[in-house]
Formats: sequence, structure tokens, C-alpha cells
Amino acid sequence: MDMYSDITLTVNGESVTRCVESRTNLVDFLRYELGLTGSHVGCEHGVCGACTIRMDGRIVRGCLTLAAQAEGAEVWTIEGVSETNEIRPLQKAFVERNALQCGFCTPGMLLTIAELMERKPDASREEIREFISGNFCRCTGYQAIVDAVEIAREKGANS
Amino acid sequence: MNEVVADRWILDRPNSYIGRSVPRPNAPRLAEGRGTFVDDIELKRMLHATYVRSPYAHARIKSIDPAAAKALPGVVAVVTPQEMAKIHDPWVGVLTHLEGIKSAPQYALPLEKATWQGEAVVAVVANTRATAEDAAALVEIDWEVLPPVTDAETATEGETPLIHNDLGDNQAWQRKADFGDVDAAYADADHVVEETFVFGRHTGVCLESRGLVADFEPSEEQLTVWHNNQCPHMVQNILADKFRLEEHKVRVITRDVGGSFGIKVHTYADEVATVGLSIMLKRPVKYIADRLESFVGDIHARDHRVKGKISVKNDGTITAFEIDDLTGIGPYSMYPRTSGIEANQVVNMIGGPYRFDNYRAVANVVYQNKAMMCQYRAVGHPIKCAVTEGLVDKAAKILGMDPAEFRQKNFHSDDSYPTKSAQGMPFENLSHEECMKKMLEAMDYNALKADRDAKRKDGIYRGIGFASFIEVTNPSAMFYGVGGARISAQDGATLRLDAKGNVFISTGATEQGQGMEAVISQVAATAVGVPPERLKIITGDTEHTPYGGGTWGSRAAGIGGEAVAQAGRQLRVQILEAAAAMLQEDASTLDIRNGVVVDTDTDNERISLDEIGRICYYRPDTLPDGFQAELVATKHYVPRKFPFAFTNGAQASYLEVDVETGFINLINHWCVEDCGTVINPLLVDEQIRGGVVQGLGGALWEECLYDDQGQMLNANMADYLVPMAAELPDIECGHAVSPTSDSDLGAKGAGEAGTCGAPAAVMNALNDALSPFDARMTSMPFTPKKVLQALNKI
Ligand code: FES
Ligand code: FES
Repeated sequence: MDMYSDITLTVNGESVTRCVESRTNLVDFLRYELGLTGSHVGCEHGVCGACTIRMDGRIVRGCLTLAAQAEGAEVWTIEGVSETNEIRPLQKAFVERNALQCGFCTPGMLLTIAELMERKPDASREEIREFISGNFCRCTGYQAIVDAVEIAREKGANS
Repeated sequence: MNEVVADRWILDRPNSYIGRSVPRPNAPRLAEGRGTFVDDIELKRMLHATYVRSPYAHARIKSIDPAAAKALPGVVAVVTPQEMAKIHDPWVGVLTHLEGIKSAPQYALPLEKATWQGEAVVAVVANTRATAEDAAALVEIDWEVLPPVTDAETATEGETPLIHNDLGDNQAWQRKADFGDVDAAYADADHVVEETFVFGRHTGVCLESRGLVADFEPSEEQLTVWHNNQCPHMVQNILADKFRLEEHKVRVITRDVGGSFGIKVHTYADEVATVGLSIMLKRPVKYIADRLESFVGDIHARDHRVKGKISVKNDGTITAFEIDDLTGIGPYSMYPRTSGIEANQVVNMIGGPYRFDNYRAVANVVYQNKAMMCQYRAVGHPIKCAVTEGLVDKAAKILGMDPAEFRQKNFHSDDSYPTKSAQGMPFENLSHEECMKKMLEAMDYNALKADRDAKRKDGIYRGIGFASFIEVTNPSAMFYGVGGARISAQDGATLRLDAKGNVFISTGATEQGQGMEAVISQVAATAVGVPPERLKIITGDTEHTPYGGGTWGSRAAGIGGEAVAQAGRQLRVQILEAAAAMLQEDASTLDIRNGVVVDTDTDNERISLDEIGRICYYRPDTLPDGFQAELVATKHYVPRKFPFAFTNGAQASYLEVDVETGFINLINHWCVEDCGTVINPLLVDEQIRGGVVQGLGGALWEECLYDDQGQMLNANMADYLVPMAAELPDIECGHAVSPTSDSDLGAKGAGEAGTCGAPAAVMNALNDALSPFDARMTSMPFTPKKVLQALNKI
């Protein structure tokens, strides 16, 4: 593999072209090259889920994906889905239910839950817990997060 | 003791925000990924540091060859311990009130030898972090490997090698306590019950790891550090002192912090070294610990072995407790809080909820070649609670009494306050009886027992476990200050009315996600009389906030909040004086409600705060001669009547043990606690839940595993198990309310109660579940393997 790679991809709806070190992972690329610091790094070995982002419609771990692998891809980060209001009800429920404390896990958690809500809108509490069990949160103990998903769902259904 | 009466004016304010589940003002920003965590900070010409860490637990540094690393393009500096030591003074983690505690001088980089695996030894600075890591791999260190001290049990025995020759032995500290007459109590008792408890080493795993950006400006000798420490003023003092800088030219800024839990409250050598690098290179330097470094670089906690005894009479009266605690703290005592406090807390708090007069304790704190051990959320509490409650349960069983009833019989009764513990700790007002009663109702205890017993007949093994506890919060200067640590127990708050009638609040308390900003805004809004939308909170900056202790020991709401309450009241008085001057009224007939000055009696609106701001700042010429409006108020507060505000509570766990696989399934968990005035019920409950889950982690999953060479075997997130969503139950919370009279607000801390009681409740539930078998478990974490061993299945 070459030391450097030229990549072109779409990030939050905008086309981006950069030359990156081939070893750069996607979350570092987003954070340090594009300044999208909402995606966080908690472990860099694929366990904590803090780096979760959406690539071509599915969530991926930004620390286990090379930036070069995102060539041609459509990437959405917490900044993008916040600006489009796509996950606004979920974010509101997180705030209302205090489902975030330090907020470090939150961007990854929100993108993960957004995928669950799309794939299985009627997930039970156990299924919600199961689906987010690859996202580490040290602060909340998770119960408020599960509650927030239910709140967002109820409000969504009533609106 | 004289009765102390507090003035609860703040609870009687109109439009009060106290006791309301107001959402956090800083939460929406974080939910949109717009936080500013320390790794989000980028400065011009910023360099990146990483460290070459010792691969050995104990090894002498014979030589360091940095040539190959320095030759790598992009590398700016490779700094050895000798070079670093020229620009700073070492520190020693001792406190005078822990009589006899000793430790060795610790340097940013160790001069002669590495004393734990993972200790940072050589610094590498480069244009990018990746390049710095490439270069670190090229630094050659010639090591002389020394035999490591790993087992706390043998650390002080004659043939064990010394970690620090100058100390003479590997004993850091010994604390003894003796109250009443334990031997006479034993002689008089019907039963003396013994048990040994083991608490594994675990660590904090804050999702955001430790980190800082240090920026030294040489012409003014100004050091600015963006840091995710919990205590900006403490760090300011330490950095100025150790780098021989003027304290007012050291500025420490903490923006958003990704969890701390006591991990980010200490002086870490690699962080001090990063500051040193910036001073040497005169450029900003960033260091963010990666996860692998965090496991061996962050402090670890617990690691206690406690032999406990309780004596009881046949009528169910507890007559004595005794403990022998042994704890291994790594190679140095942590600065500036020391690594003796956890053992000290254990000694001070055993038996806390119960009436008894006889108590004896010895605690030995020893050095070993493992990562440094120090204060983590609920310091000492999970240990003293599990030892106490484990002994209480065992005694109840021997007496054939119901465990809840046995506790209720021995509690300090709710009408017995003020009183003292057997150790002489003053209890102002606790509510063990009320908490237990409320919890038993919430659990539907009798129905739960029936369910457990019915299931047992079908070969399903469920257990119910209780834990009652006391907890230290709102620490006064008795905690660290008296021992010589420059850690502020007091906190200040400054409130300022701006020209638009909004209020700026600067506070020494800091936010790490616990919701401090919401609590501060509720208190300020109530004290001044404005809606929270009109407040702006400034925190975490030594240049812009009054001196304060930051956040630790469950103090932000109780101490920081009280300072804000007092400053808010003072600002209201000052605003009303200005209003009175404008309106030609007597200030005592006016109040501020919802941002408007009103007649106190009729609620008639007289003048708005923005109008007062406008006149005071732009048209002071229209004010009466000689009247100068003062629209800034500062107040400080520190608890003085009690050394700590003790809180209390009760927890219970209901769980099921799979006796074939050893897996434990948590079914339910309850916590009823008393943190005095509840400022924000939503935030308190979430503090409790998060705390319970951290306690469950230590009880069931988390352990830093070491081999006999002092190598940590599971220093990554895949192998070190933390609680994840799927294995946790919902947690039911409840409250009793006994405000402290040490402050007008009456709030005590709530951040650590969950962690304190959860391991004990789980241990007791587990042993209840195992009671049909000849099995008892007291060594945490309770892994499936240990369960099967206890059941003699493997
Ligand atoms: S940082 Fe990617 S999973 Fe933890
Ligand atoms: S809110 Fe702090 S890690 Fe989840």
C-alpha cells in the first residue's frame, strides 16, 4: 500500500477530496482533517462504540475503518444528522430524560440508536439494551438511554 | 452537641427551581456533538507527545539511546528523565494527618528505575501523534530487570526486595484504631462471626481518557493548560510549584470532561511531563492517553483484603466490629491526596449504620510494582460497606434472623440524632430506618421472598441481598487541607448582573457530566429570582472563577451550590438597593420574581432587571446623588459545623445464579438514599443509577489482572470487562430527605452512594442464592468461574 492515498467522499452531504496517510483511520480523518470533533475516540480498538458513524447507510466503527476505505462513500456524522434534524426527537428525549451525562458516548450512542429505530421501530427494552451493548457508557448505567428511546418513539408516534 | 439551626430561606423563595427536574443547560450542545473535550482543542504549531513506557514492573534504566528516534522525520524532541528533571521539582504523596505515611519522591519521568509496567520513561514529541508513536518504538532502553514486588501479602516480609531503598521497607502506612473494649465484647458475646473479603483491583475507564494541551509562552512566562482534571485550581498550584512558575501566570482551563469519577483528580507524571515538554520546546504540546496507556497509566482502585469480625448476642444485638485491612497501592503514594485515604475511610466507616461501642482496626498500606492505586468514586466505601454488610448478613443467618429485621434492630434510630459512630464520627441526621422501610415497600419484600422460595423448589436459585450504608459528602478542610494539601475545601461564586438584566455566574465547582451546571443554575435562579434562561455559567478556568476545589467527594452541589445560593441572595439585595434608589422605595418592600422587581406583598411589577441594568450602566447620572449601584456579588462557603455531611441509604439486589454455568443474572436493584435537599430529582436519580452500575462493575466484572511478574494481562477494553447495557437491570430509586444544617440549602452529596452500596447488595444476594448449597462467596469480582469453584463444580 502507498504511504498516501487520494480520497474523495461525501461527508454530511458535502463532497470532500483529500490526500491522507494511508494508515489514517476514518474517525481520525473526520476529527483532525475535517474538524468534525463530534465523533469521539474511546478505545481505538473497536470495543467502545464512541467512534460510531454512518457510512453508506450503516453504522461502522470509525476507528476500525481506514479513511481510504471510505473512498466514494457517503458518510454521516453526529454534526450532519443534527443539522438535518433527522434525529431531533431522539436528541430531545436524551436531554429531557438526562440520558447523557458527560456526553462523550452520546454521538456514537445516538447514531447507533437511530439505526435501531429504523431497523426495528418497535424494539423492546431488552432489544434496545441488546442493540446498544456494543456502546460503552461509563456515566449513565444505560437505563435513561433506554427510557429516552421509548420517549422519542412515543413522541414521534404522537407528532 | 448544640442544635444548629439553618435558615432555609432558599426553599421558601417564590418561583423556586429547587426540587425540580430542570434539564441541563449544557446537554443539547453535547447531544449534537458540539462539546469541546480536550482532544478537540487544536492550537497553532501544536506538537504531539507520546511516551516510551516500561515493559517491566521493576527495572533499572541502564542507558537510553534516543538517536534512531530523533532521526525520524517529523520528530521534534526525545526527552530523557535526566533532561526533564532539570526543569522541575519532584513531589511526595504524603499528608501530615495520616501520621507516619511515607513515600518516595516522584519525578515526571523516573530517574533511576521504572517501578511499574506502563510507567512513562522517555518522552517523544513530533508533528503528529502517529509519528511520535513511530519514534517511540525506536527509542532503545537498556534495562536491568529487577525482581518485582507483586503480592501485597508478602510485600513487607524480610526477603521481599525493596521498591525504594531510601524508605527502608515497602510499608507506606499503617493505621490502627481501638475504641471501647473489643476483647471484653467478644467474651460477653454469644457469637463471634468471622469472614475474609477480597476486593479486586479495578479502574475507572472514563470513556474520555486523560489528556491535556500545555502551552508555554516564554516572554511572559505564562503557562496555559487545557486539561480534563476535576480540580483546576489544584492543578494550577501544583504546576506552578513544581515548575517554579508564578502561580498567577499558570492558567488551567477545563472545558467538557468525558467522565472522571476520581480518576482525573490526581497528579499524573505523564501529564506533568507534557507540561515540561511545552516549557522546554516553547510550543503547545498535546498528550492524550490512548486506551492501552489508560489501563496502566490511570490510577487503579480497591485491591483490599479485609479480615472482618462481628460479635452479636442471641437477642440480635451487635456488640463489636473488628477489621484487619491490607491494601497494595503500587510503587508511590499518589500526589497530593495520597494513596492512604481509601484504607483510612475503611477504618473510619466500618459498621456505620449500626449502634455498637467496641471497635478495633488495623490497616496496612503497602507498596508493590503495579500501577498506582488511589481514590476512585466512593473511596473506600464499597469496601467498608461490603465488609460490614457481609458480616451483618452472616451474623443474622447464624442467629436465624431475617436480614432486614436484624439491620432494623441495630440501626442508629432515626430519632437518635445527633449522635456519633463507634469511631467517634459525628452523625448530624441520618435516616436508616426510613430508607429501609421505603425500600422494603418498593421491593414488596414478602412477595419477593415468596417468589424466591417458590423458584428454589423448581431448581432456580435466586437471592435477595441488602446493603445499608453511610457516605461521606461535602468534605471540609478536615479531609485534605489539615494534612497540608493545597486542595480547596471551600468554594466561591461570583454573580454579576449585565446591562440586559442577565446574570453571569462564575463558580469554582466544575462539570464532568454530573449536571453541576444545572444545579448551579437552579440555585442561582431561585436565589436571585430570575428564570434559568437568563443565566450564563462560567466554570473550569482559574483565570475567571473564584478559588474553589472543583469536583470531588460529592461536594459540587452541597458546597459549590451553597456558595452560589449565598452570592445570589447578596446580588438580589444589591439589585433591590438599586431598584429602591430608582423607585424611591424602601428596598425591604421589594423582591425579584421571574426577572422583574415586584412589591413583595402584592406581586405588583415595578421595574425589570434589564431596565435596572440599563440605568445603572448607561444612565447612572439619573440615580440619586451619592448612590453607586453594585451589581456584582461574591460569596464563599465551606462546611464548618461538621467535618463531613454524612449521608445514608439502603440498596437491595435480586438476582439469579445459573448453577450450571456460574452466570449471574441481575433481575432487580433498588436504592433509597438520603442526600438532604434534592435540588434536581432527575439528576440525583441518574447519579445514583450510574453509581450503582459502577459498583456492579467492581462486584461482577471488572478486575485488573496481573501475573506474578507484575504484567497487567487484560489492559485493553476487550479483555477488561465493563458493565454493558444488556447485562444490567433497571434500577429503582427512592429518597428520604434530611437536610444538613451546615448550609442554608441543606444539600448533601449524591454522586457516590450508588457505588458504595451496590457491591455489598450483590454479594449478599449471591450468597442468599447459594444458601441451599454449602457455598459462600466473598471475593470480588464474582466471575462465573469463581461461582462454579464455590459450587465445587470445577
Ligand atoms: S474508539 Fe472505535 S470502538 Fe472505541
Ligand atoms: S454519558 Fe459519559 S460515557 Fe456516556
